Amino acid sequence: MLEFWFFIEVVLNGMFAGTMYSLIALGFVLIFKASGVFNFAQGFMVLFAALCFVGFLEMGVPLILALVIAAAIMVAWAFAVERFVLRHLVNQEPIILFMATIGIAFFLEGFGELLWGADVHPLDIGIPDGAWFVGPDGVMMVQQFDVAAAVIAGGLVAVLALFFTYTRIGRALRAVADDHQAALSVGIPLNQIWIIVWAVAGLVALVAGIIWGSRLGVQFSLSILALKALPVLILGGFTSVPGAIVGGLIIGVGEKVAEIYLGPYIGGGIEEWFAYVVAMLFLLYRPQGLFGDKIIERV
Amino acid sequence: MNFRSVTMTMAAAAVGLFGLTGAAQAEGQFIPNLVYKTGPYAPSGTPTAHGFADYLAMVNHRDGGINGVEIIYEECETGYKTDRGVECYDRVKNQHGGATVINPWSTGITYALIEKATADKIPLLSMGYGRTSAADGRVFPYVFNFPSTYWNQMTAVIKYIAEQEGGYDKLKGQNLGFIYLDHPYGKEPIPTLDILAEKYGFTYDKYPVPPAAMTEQKSIWLQVRRARPAYMIMWGWGAMNSTAINEASNVKYPMEKFIGNWWAAAEPDVIPAGDGAIGYKGATFNGVGTDFKVYEDINALYDAGKGSWNREEIGGVLYSRGMAAAAYVVEAIRTAQAEYGNRVITGEEMRWGMENLDVTDARIEELGMTGLMPPVSITCDNHEGQNPAIKIQQWNGKEWEIKTDWIKADTALTRPLIEQDAEQYAKESSITPRSCS
Repeated sequence: MLEFWFFIEVVLNGMFAGTMYSLIALGFVLIFKASGVFNFAQGFMVLFAALCFVGFLEMGVPLILALVIAAAIMVAWAFAVERFVLRHLVNQEPIILFMATIGIAFFLEGFGELLWGADVHPLDIGIPDGAWFVGPDGVMMVQQFDVAAAVIAGGLVAVLALFFTYTRIGRALRAVADDHQAALSVGIPLNQIWIIVWAVAGLVALVAGIIWGSRLGVQFSLSILALKALPVLILGGFTSVPGAIVGGLIIGVGEKVAEIYLGPYIGGGIEEWFAYVVAMLFLLYRPQGLFGDKIIERV
Repeated sequence: MNFRSVTMTMAAAAVGLFGLTGAAQAEGQFIPNLVYKTGPYAPSGTPTAHGFADYLAMVNHRDGGINGVEIIYEECETGYKTDRGVECYDRVKNQHGGATVINPWSTGITYALIEKATADKIPLLSMGYGRTSAADGRVFPYVFNFPSTYWNQMTAVIKYIAEQEGGYDKLKGQNLGFIYLDHPYGKEPIPTLDILAEKYGFTYDKYPVPPAAMTEQKSIWLQVRRARPAYMIMWGWGAMNSTAINEASNVKYPMEKFIGNWWAAAEPDVIPAGDGAIGYKGATFNGVGTDFKVYEDINALYDAGKGSWNREEIGGVLYSRGMAAAAYVVEAIRTAQAEYGNRVITGEEMRWGMENLDVTDARIEELGMTGLMPPVSITCDNHEGQNPAIKIQQWNGKEWEIKTDWIKADTALTRPLIEQDAEQYAKESSITPRSCS
């Protein structure tokens, strides 16, 4: 019986971890969806946004104002990326745009460090960090922080889904995602769409940075979290917001169950590569990912 | 914004370019330092580098150098990456008449430099890290790892646990947990732990943390919650440490039974976990805080505007460790000067100085560093020192408190292992061990 509750705890923790990965993956999806660019800098945007937020908090700026200023910085960042990088690369191959995002990533890392230093910044925005004990004799523990993070991630997805479905800008973004040239031909300005999508990805990065920063402290290792999002993207599809969430849940649960029940027999430390194994298994059957668009090219 | 930090970084860069003397061409004792003040590991690398730089600057400021020989100091940024560390080594080794000694501040870089530095006759000081078997000076004449090694640290940690439980016999039947970075550094003490487990009758579970996954340890701590090991021992680095402490607190693991090694017990490791880290323990071989006589001189350095860092940040665990490393280097140079004369000494002469280094309690008192650094006595065949030992410190939510006196390592157990490993290395590398008799 105890083992059963432990299994439930492992699955739940996997789901919570998965929602945290989804937060990072969402930023990748947004930019890829609208521009077909894999944004290598997304992890560094998470770090930079969190550094700005915690930096202003440490300067004594009230929480809401710090949030607004950090959000404004991420929007300004979107303008700067479009103006100084993307605008000059219109009609270039996707690989060129990808390489440009690598450059952006390293610039952002160095710029963030120059502005805010390399220290670890503790971040407490009041998310509860206690635990609930459930099941017989309270055998199963549920972290309140994890539940709060899952609620925030869920809320963010709902807002993004509404934004894409019901707003004019959202419909324009979908149009650009479906066909750049067709969108341009009906008067949708590509440059503005890029700014909007990078700004939304920046805001998602801010939320992800605050949640992860509250858990780990805001530190430079936040940027490597992007690695956790890759199998989620492979599995969920690079163009699907719900895919990022479902993919995150499957990867989260898969890697935790594998680490705990399979790991001890093969030396442990397997969850990192096991996530990619799960993603690749899905790819064998759905190369576009679970929710990705199936590309049909007419000859 | 942190403009002060920006200014200090630029100042440090200027110091890096021109050396502490401000005159790159001036003759002096050149001491380069391979630092990492950028990237994910910077929170640990930055204070260490500043402690090292400040001590040397203090010797220049207070004494005009070592017996009249001014110190030229330069930093090279490695980002804690082995390839960049090797590049740095090649860049600095011949500058200013040649490097006196190299502090790689990374086990990976140390491993990569052992053969190069030996060929170049430049000593490596891997103080409390690097290759444990380099303690055998017959095989590794240019590598020094005093005041203790990972293997000896593990024996001392187990000794501390045994003391807490009421004796080694109480370890029998206990189950411990070992969480470690899945990397040569993290795996280094496992053979010693295996031997200790067999000797004292305890078992232990291994929890490897892949470097790319060090910020996500949920599955590990779920296993710990189920297994409830009597003690958890951690061999971690960087964000792995703070994540582990945070997760341990989340699963309500008793923090006073969670013990990190000396690279897993500094301020950047505990601060992110907030109050959850209170009670966490760690090994150390250096003191912490600014209540040491030597700080009168460090303060004078800062009063003169020559300190390398923000004054309010000095005195932490890693800053103190950097100071201790610099103090050993300076004492080794003095030792070499006593043999070769009060002049700039070469790398080869420095090796002699390090091999004859004898920093006694009395000398440490003269340095105003009693309790800040342990005494060491180095010989030709023993580059770790005669009395490797640790203290246990505990985090109280605001600062580290030293909780024990020196806990001596079990060298009777480790020395044969060290010699065996060194012998194997010698065989593989076709080295004929030198005679130290």
